[in-house]
Amino acid sequence: MARKLPHKDVVIIGLGWTGSILAHELTDEGLDVIAIERGPWRDEATDYPPNYAQDELRYRIRHELFLRPDQNTFTFRNKMNQTALPIRTWGAFMPPNGVGGGGVHWNAETWRFLPSDFVLKTHLTQRYGANFLPEDMTIQDWGITWEDIEPHYDQFEYLTGTCGTAGNLQGKIREGGNPFEGPRSRPYPNPAQKQGFGHTLWAKAAKELGYKPFPQPSGNMSQAYVNPLGVRMGPCTYCGFCEWFGCGNYSKASPQTTILPVLVRKSNFSAYDNCEVTKINLDGSGKRATGVTFVDSQGNESEQTADLVILAGFSIFNVQMLLHSKIGTPYDPVANTGVIGRNFTHQCMSSVDAFFDNKKFNFNPFIASGAIGMCIDDFNGDNIDHGPLGFVGGGYLGQVQTNGRPIETTPVPKGTPRWGAKWKQAVRDNYLSNIKGGSIHGSMYSYRDVYLDLDPTYKDRFGRPMVRMTIDFHDNELKAAAFMANKYAEIVKAMGAHTIEPKPRKGPYDVTTYQTTHLNGGAIMGTDPKTSALNRYLQSWDVPNLFVMGATAFPQNAGYNPTGTVGALAYWSAKAIREQYLKHPGPLVNA
Amino acid sequence: MPRPGPLLAIACASALPLALLVNGAPAATPNQQNFAQIEHGRYLATLADCVACHTKKDGGPPFAGGRPIETPFGMIFSANITPDPGTGIGNWTEQQFDDAVRRGIRPDGRRLYPAMPYPFYTKMSRDDVRAIRAYLATIPAVHNRVVTNQLPFPFNIRMAMQVWDMLFFTAGEFKPDPKKSAEWNRGAFLVQGPGHCGACHTPKNFLGADENSKALQGSPVQGWFAPNITSDKTRGLGSMSVEDIAALLKTGHDRITTVTGPMAEEVEDASSHFKGDDLKAIATYLKSVPGGNDEPNRTPVAANDPRMQAGKAIFRDTCSACHGLDAKGVSNLFPALADAPSVRSPDPTSAIRVVLRGARSVATAQEPTAPAMPSFGWQLNDDQIAAVLTYVRNSWGAAAKPVSSDDVKNQRSALAQRTD
Repeated sequence: MARKLPHKDVVIIGLGWTGSILAHELTDEGLDVIAIERGPWRDEATDYPPNYAQDELRYRIRHELFLRPDQNTFTFRNKMNQTALPIRTWGAFMPPNGVGGGGVHWNAETWRFLPSDFVLKTHLTQRYGANFLPEDMTIQDWGITWEDIEPHYDQFEYLTGTCGTAGNLQGKIREGGNPFEGPRSRPYPNPAQKQGFGHTLWAKAAKELGYKPFPQPSGNMSQAYVNPLGVRMGPCTYCGFCEWFGCGNYSKASPQTTILPVLVRKSNFSAYDNCEVTKINLDGSGKRATGVTFVDSQGNESEQTADLVILAGFSIFNVQMLLHSKIGTPYDPVANTGVIGRNFTHQCMSSVDAFFDNKKFNFNPFIASGAIGMCIDDFNGDNIDHGPLGFVGGGYLGQVQTNGRPIETTPVPKGTPRWGAKWKQAVRDNYLSNIKGGSIHGSMYSYRDVYLDLDPTYKDRFGRPMVRMTIDFHDNELKAAAFMANKYAEIVKAMGAHTIEPKPRKGPYDVTTYQTTHLNGGAIMGTDPKTSALNRYLQSWDVPNLFVMGATAFPQNAGYNPTGTVGALAYWSAKAIREQYLKHPGPLVNA
Repeated sequence: MPRPGPLLAIACASALPLALLVNGAPAATPNQQNFAQIEHGRYLATLADCVACHTKKDGGPPFAGGRPIETPFGMIFSANITPDPGTGIGNWTEQQFDDAVRRGIRPDGRRLYPAMPYPFYTKMSRDDVRAIRAYLATIPAVHNRVVTNQLPFPFNIRMAMQVWDMLFFTAGEFKPDPKKSAEWNRGAFLVQGPGHCGACHTPKNFLGADENSKALQGSPVQGWFAPNITSDKTRGLGSMSVEDIAALLKTGHDRITTVTGPMAEEVEDASSHFKGDDLKAIATYLKSVPGGNDEPNRTPVAANDPRMQAGKAIFRDTCSACHGLDAKGVSNLFPALADAPSVRSPDPTSAIRVVLRGARSVATAQEPTAPAMPSFGWQLNDDQIAAVLTYVRNSWGAAAKPVSSDDVKNQRSALAQRTD
């Protein structure tokens, strides 16, 4: 029998970026808010202090900060006719765990999507005609426009101190920024980070080829910063331990360094850590959430009732929660009905390794940050005419080498023995003069047969069916990958590389090697309850007192890192809750 | 949730006549209509930081006592000063309360230990103390019996305090100096009186009494060294402006330093809630307090000294990421070790402690970040910590006594006994 806890106005499931933002916004509204976080509390000086945070074996190789698959995992298969098996070691993506969520271990690459990304289906259909898109591609418009979301990108960038060079300031194109970006209302709050030698040379070569290089927008601070909440960050030291690691230098934007210090001072905020929500409870009508049930580390079950439920976990866990709570109709790819689990996407990353004459080039790759680097957006979204190319989508290309960490950063040219004296000599020859994994951040659009549902065989530790991922790449994405890898190779050739090894992403989708942690979709936003789980405000169509945050809502992925958009959507949704929902609790969109 | 305060306070007030019968002495109920008096008392209680000692750490009911107070002679437990008639001060008469606060005399006639800072509170007026009592009568009564005296023999003999009081205690209200400004006099009253700054910052003699000739020149406290807060330019506050000092007391942070240790608690509970004019008055007065001259002008340890060379290397590797290679830090976030007087204090206790144990600064409304320094005690040995501190204390124009490995060793073993 679950212990019943005193009623709250709002219960938030998960205390990462979106949970923190919603908690802050709703406590400002005077509501009594409780957040329930599956993992432990995390803090700079005690959990990843600068005197041991840079431990590649502990954090990168042994996954210190991440969820243990023993606690929760998924099953995986490429095709609908295969039998899925549980993922027992994380590979393609790294599910976060603990207070701060993915905001603790991310690289802090803080991008905005393109205006056309939000109206993708309409845009591509208008430009190329309806028949241009593959038949089984299920891309959709988001139900919002650039004008809706831009002010909230701005909010998130000022909260997190994003460092960058504006490319389009209120419609005026600015030299040195990304000319393809949507018009921004304000410059970035901080100047771009300094760039390393390799990044700078790459940008020079890209420019000579006629592209428009610009510094990657970074949540690693280029200088000391005080955000609008009065929380301070220090300048980045370019130590090269960002992604997979926490930053103990207060230099990387995270909930801990931007918002939690203010949140924890509020008397109308409280939080449980090490407590896993197992279910969102509904009343007899099934149309209203009454709160959540959670289990603490001793195995005790408790029930937290609330008027409003915010589901703010990592994307795939949000879908899991909806499926287990029986909220919304599960997606059926055969009948093409239902919405929960539909339009699941990841990323289609490609890379290029390049080797240079070590007498002429010394890149010092260890001087880096998670979001350092120079990029071009010339091949992203619909920034080029896809008509002759036979695919849609793209990605940014960048020399965004984030580290020279010794275990993972030992690229050697093809044909080098994998161990022994010759391998050592090759590492020595190439360590300082290579570009490892030059990044092609490819989009992944949605397809009818890429989705999430409940596994028929495997159960989790609570005896519930695991979530099953069915995911593979389609020709459209692989064509884009090959095209962009060639373009990238041309740039490093112009830079002066003597050996170039393009590595365009090839199928099938591989769950064992890391791409990004950008899992998206599964409970997407949109304008029609038949094809989306959430309305344009991230409100559940089925249970109006439930809002679902995160990349879960992306109808398809764009060629960018998602966190900027995740943060912006959280502020957009919070605004709708504050200004509309609380005045008239109920559906904000009538469909 | 509405606090049950007012209701409980009424219940308590109605219990007083009964107590009056029992004791046969008028308890003179404070007038709960007298807002001005209660508010004056509330602010004085904040200035005096009563809540800090009289509340158990980590969420005990406010003013219900029971917090251990560390003295050089052992632990004393703070009294329950809620209006509970049985275990608090609900039955105390106004005279009894005044005697306790301003003269260190308990209702039973025996003496308080000066862990209760009556040698400072005596500077307040009778009206001030009356107001504090009026305020305390409004807070929820909590039934909590505290055995305050848990000192070991012979210090547990309260009689001894009569002698101590005779030797070291001078009762008497604050007398303004007509030659000084009103602001200075206000500051002097706050520092010497309710603020009881000297309780931590003034050196003590072997019987635990203040050495008034060295007022505010720094003293060991709870495993820290409460720094010199006189006008001394290198070790005290002399190089700070009045505004800087006021801002530091208000927010806990400034360009150079960050408040931590027991002072962090003071900022959080007390000085961050002081009025702006009072903070400036305190700063004005502190800047007039003479510094000590018993520390000779030093020349820095030579840069080629092996300790300095090792210290420099350790500083680059382990300290510079936050504090900067130039040790200028980041304003209001990472202390500027190059400019921080507390780093070159003649007594390096705090510096050693911070390196060994790490430290968390204070969060205030203006400065909510509360950055923390990690512990290096597990990573650096005694020689390494001695070297890096010797380097920090003798670089960027500073000069201070080198820190020895034995200093670190002693502090390491002392800290092993501490849970705070």
